[in-house]
Amino acid sequence: MVPTNYYLILSAIIFTIGAVGVLSRRNALIIFMCVEMMLNSVNLTLIAMSRQWNNLNGQIFVFVIMAVAAAEVAVGLAILIAHYHHAKTTNIDDINVMKW
Amino acid sequence: MDFSTIFFILVGALSVGAAVSVVTSRVAVHSALFLLTHFMTLAILYITLDAQFLGAAQVIIYAGGIVILILFVIMLIGSENLDTRAGYRSWVPWAGMALGFVLVAGLAFAILKAPLIPATLPANQGGVPDVVGMYLYTQGILLVELVSVLLLVALLGALLLARRPIWDTD
Repeated sequence: MVPTNYYLILSAIIFTIGAVGVLSRRNALIIFMCVEMMLNSVNLTLIAMSRQWNNLNGQIFVFVIMAVAAAEVAVGLAILIAHYHHAKTTNIDDINVMKW
Repeated sequence: MDFSTIFFILVGALSVGAAVSVVTSRVAVHSALFLLTHFMTLAILYITLDAQFLGAAQVIIYAGGIVILILFVIMLIGSENLDTRAGYRSWVPWAGMALGFVLVAGLAFAILKAPLIPATLPANQGGVPDVVGMYLYTQGILLVELVSVLLLVALLGALLLARRPIWDTD
């Protein structure tokens, strides 16, 4: 069987790619996608460790994380659309006021 | 190097390639499609990890919900394709990649420092929907109720936020 370390290293690589994407890109939608990638890397870690220790709690945690990520994407995209109606831009360099 | 390791390396390489393409793509729709590929490869990895219910949930929720939502927003907003506006920030991607290498090196060092964990065979049937559903509806019923309330609140919040304000329409 594939050792658990391999899955953990793959998860670390995906997390780093997502983190670098969040820091480097300026389009808010790309940043959303990179945040979702980071959440998925943590899901992979939890499921790998759940198999390693033969404990179902890791998979239940991932179930809740998926629900939270779905809710967060819905609300986040709604915020983005509302701001776009106001400012006509998705460049986060221009989204720098906390009111509108 | 048996078949399962080769399969994992192939799917993992595809996953990492799709992830890098999400970050470096110039067109937003291409990034969304690469993200879809990434989610599907992760679903394959979940199934190899004996998490069959979560593999199906990954496809339904992430690939079939979140990526579709992002594509809708891209088509509504019409994201600008030019990302190279300010010249004073041209060193930022390189600094980001350097820090990313440092992070990966640190994480890999920490992961490999622990003794190589031998994977054991699961005593139960793993994450088939039978087992996960029995757990969720007997011991984890509080989680189910909390998740349902969370989704309801998110639905109401998204509905409220995406409406045009009253003073904008006449």
